[in-house]
Amino acid sequence: MTLAPETTDLKVQLRLTDGWFTVCDINRLTPGRGVAALLPDGSQVALFRDRSGTLYGIDNRDPFSGAAVLSRGLTGTHQGRPFVASPLLKQRFDLVSGECLDDASVRVATYEVRAG
Amino acid sequence: MTSNPRGVPTVPTIVLVGHGMVGQRFLEALAERGLTATHRVVVLCEEPRPAYDRVQLTSYFSGRTPEELSLTDAEFISDHGIELYVGDPAETIDRAARTVTARSGLTVEYDTLVLATGSYPFVPPVPGKDSDGCFVYRTIEDLLAIEAYARSRATTGAVVGGGLLGLEAAGALKGLGLATHIVEFAPRLMPVQVDEGGGAALLRTIEGMGLTVHTGTGTQEILADADGAVTGMKLSDGSQLATDIVVFSAGVRPRDQLARDCGLSVGERGGIAVDEQCRTVADPHVFAIGECALAADGRVYGLVAPGYEQAETAAATIARDESAFTGADLSTKLKLLGVDVASFGDAHGATADCLDVVYSDARAGTYKKLVIGRGGELLGGILVGDADAYGTLRAFTGSVPPVSPEQLVLPAGSGGAVQLGPSALPDAAVICSCHNVSKGAIRDAVTDHSCTSVPEVKKCTKAGTGCGSCVKVLGQLVTAELEANGVEVDKGLCGCFAQTREELYEIALALRINSYQEMLDRYGRAGARGSDGCEICKPTVASIIASLAPTIGASGYVLDGEQAALQDSNDHFLANLQKNGSYSVVPRIPGGEITPEKLIVIGEVARDFGLYTKITGGQRIDLFGARVEQLPLIWARLVDAGFESGHAYGKALRTVKSCVGQTWCRYGVQDSVRMAIDLELRYRGLRSPHKLKSAVSGCARECAEAQSKDFGIIATAGGWNLYVGGNGGATPRHADLLAKDLSDAELVRLIDRFLMFYIRTADRLERTSVWLERIPGGLDHVRDVVVADSLGICGELESLMAAHVAGYRDEWATTINDPEKLARFVSFVNAPDTPDPVVGFVPERDQIKPDLPLLTIGMRPQQPADVLEGSAQR
Repeated sequence: MTLAPETTDLKVQLRLTDGWFTVCDINRLTPGRGVAALLPDGSQVALFRDRSGTLYGIDNRDPFSGAAVLSRGLTGTHQGRPFVASPLLKQRFDLVSGECLDDASVRVATYEVRAG
Repeated sequence: MTSNPRGVPTVPTIVLVGHGMVGQRFLEALAERGLTATHRVVVLCEEPRPAYDRVQLTSYFSGRTPEELSLTDAEFISDHGIELYVGDPAETIDRAARTVTARSGLTVEYDTLVLATGSYPFVPPVPGKDSDGCFVYRTIEDLLAIEAYARSRATTGAVVGGGLLGLEAAGALKGLGLATHIVEFAPRLMPVQVDEGGGAALLRTIEGMGLTVHTGTGTQEILADADGAVTGMKLSDGSQLATDIVVFSAGVRPRDQLARDCGLSVGERGGIAVDEQCRTVADPHVFAIGECALAADGRVYGLVAPGYEQAETAAATIARDESAFTGADLSTKLKLLGVDVASFGDAHGATADCLDVVYSDARAGTYKKLVIGRGGELLGGILVGDADAYGTLRAFTGSVPPVSPEQLVLPAGSGGAVQLGPSALPDAAVICSCHNVSKGAIRDAVTDHSCTSVPEVKKCTKAGTGCGSCVKVLGQLVTAELEANGVEVDKGLCGCFAQTREELYEIALALRINSYQEMLDRYGRAGARGSDGCEICKPTVASIIASLAPTIGASGYVLDGEQAALQDSNDHFLANLQKNGSYSVVPRIPGGEITPEKLIVIGEVARDFGLYTKITGGQRIDLFGARVEQLPLIWARLVDAGFESGHAYGKALRTVKSCVGQTWCRYGVQDSVRMAIDLELRYRGLRSPHKLKSAVSGCARECAEAQSKDFGIIATAGGWNLYVGGNGGATPRHADLLAKDLSDAELVRLIDRFLMFYIRTADRLERTSVWLERIPGGLDHVRDVVVADSLGICGELESLMAAHVAGYRDEWATTINDPEKLARFVSFVNAPDTPDPVVGFVPERDQIKPDLPLLTIGMRPQQPADVLEGSAQR
């Protein structure tokens, strides 16, 4: 979703099976970078905000290495699709579908994210 | 596939016996000619895996997996309807009934039978040759068996045979960490390929690597203990050699037993006799190709390139095309134990009235010999230690080169050498000898088939897909041909920018652009403007902005504002990410000089935070295993003790190593430690296209290894010699001398100019060694620019560096005093006190190491992956 620039006191929320889970203030997300969040079940999510203000959430674990590092990757746009490149071995993951752009057989979980 | 009832063949059947490199090439040739569509193709393969790159077997020890060595994939096999039976060798051939029966009992009728059974290693009939610990080196299974045995019970290994395969095997033993001996009967190594002088150069280099070579020595007996395990060998000079492993690499013999058993004719010394179409002399339904075949010219070829030609010929003949194999070029270029060895044409000077031109540098371990005919034509040659010119020289074989022979063998930078570009070659010159592709065919691929890149040309012509030794020449040819055709070559940095890194640098400098978004939105490709860019251009532009920061009005602090979002992950956390998500920390230790008090601080910090410590190659100390939230706490202690960032995480100056120099060393002629410290402090924090390493040696003995650095300094009685463009790592390069006998001030001024010129003109991730080879004019041009100021830019280069030096601030000191920046150093934004549970450690040798099983919990198994590298095509 797109945010108006003045609404910066919003919270980043993540849809889990039992409702919306509040993570942090929106201003903790630098456009173009990610942060990691810990979910109640112990799993980890990587949250991103692009330069237009759209928010994304995917599993923080890099499926190629097992390390929880996707939130620390560089983001970008590839043929109109927003992606993050793993900081370990540089595979890119579509932030909307979770699909690995460099190996179609690999996919990470995605989360619905909103500012509310 | 339906069964093929005896006597009623529905489609003609081709049976291939053997799925090695040549067998696979034969299948590809069948597919290219459409024969896989019109024929049933059955492959019987003895080894438990499909074709793989046997030539590169030893690369297993540099990290290539058996899977990566594979030459085929399930798709190729299934797409072409090939029936491949692995681990099921052919055992009998009934030529009257035209059937082949495999070990499993599978019987297949054939219309055409192709034998590609390869060869087997020759084991000399010495007593004890079957002891435990005796191996041959031919297959992946051999290699795994040697590895398993070596790891369980061996510290020493010996290879019988100092030829091409013997040196490969010695490389494997060395790769396993064994003390390695080579026993060669002939008076020199690689007796077939090189002459006495080449053998001597090779010997020196290989002994320099710590291997022990015994030439002119035969093996008389393998000695074993009571359990039958190897303990040593008895040599022909009466001496004994203690060893735990013996690898026989004394040549190969054609595997022709299958052919003998069914009455096909074989040569006196083995090999299935075939005609120029690779058809067996005795039976027109049977072909033989590769190392099992005795070609029409009476030779058995043991190299892969002639085997590929035979595979093509056999496939063409089956397709009823005209083709003949009349003999092949035995030119080879190999990297054995890291040493380039090449021989081509009439390498031993067998032609009447020929003359040799020899250049030999025993110190550098290089030897080059060209054999020149009476009319001045190049007949052949041998190159040891430096075979860069191989591709060009081989292509000139048979013609009179456009420059004199001695200019072709003198080393670059000696004044006399001429770099003969591939543009000087005739169209008929063979560029890729593995696939017999001429320069004309490569030009056609660009001109007639519209190929616009090296990968496309490779796919179209197969050039460069064999041993790969021609890829460099191929790249130059493709670029030259594209430019000649007026084709715009996309040299753009990535999918977002059509400019090169150098062009972006010029834009940033000239227009004072200090924002990535502005750069992208104004100068990006049309489709990328307004986007989020990509992982290639963001750090590249960030690096340019950081290099120019004081001049273009950007913050010199890489985590400020927009810059924070552009940095590679390591720069963003000012530490080096390790495989489990933890970080390593490297404080700067200028020149490698450190007080006991500071050493104690590092030790205390490592102890208090439970870090793994290791001395680096750059004379400093790396502290591993820090969680992201520990980084600020660790650095608070280090900064307090006077340390600052070592920039081990950045594409920036790393270290300036030094030897102890004149102050202590009886040989030293200058104070190398002081100079190293001065240089490291001057250039610390300087962002560049790739990392920068340096060293200062206090005398010509060169203990600091300055000639392997991006810029290296060696003391002379009269001052300092400056060397540039050196590199270690996977592609070592000796640095070139840029200027001699400089004063302190002259040295610093010249390095300022050199570094800034490199930063200005290099590509992304291009080390100085590659840059120096790439830029037009090479070293001479760089010397013109930075010494003689031929472009009139030295004043600007110096002032850019002066601005960097004046604007330097320690990134970690800045960061720990900025609460907003510190807030990023948490594992979880919503649980700042909780550590990442995936980061865990287990003990090893009294320290810690990553707990790798933790990483696999909840993950599905994955194949090992390559590091991906972006390009304009992505």
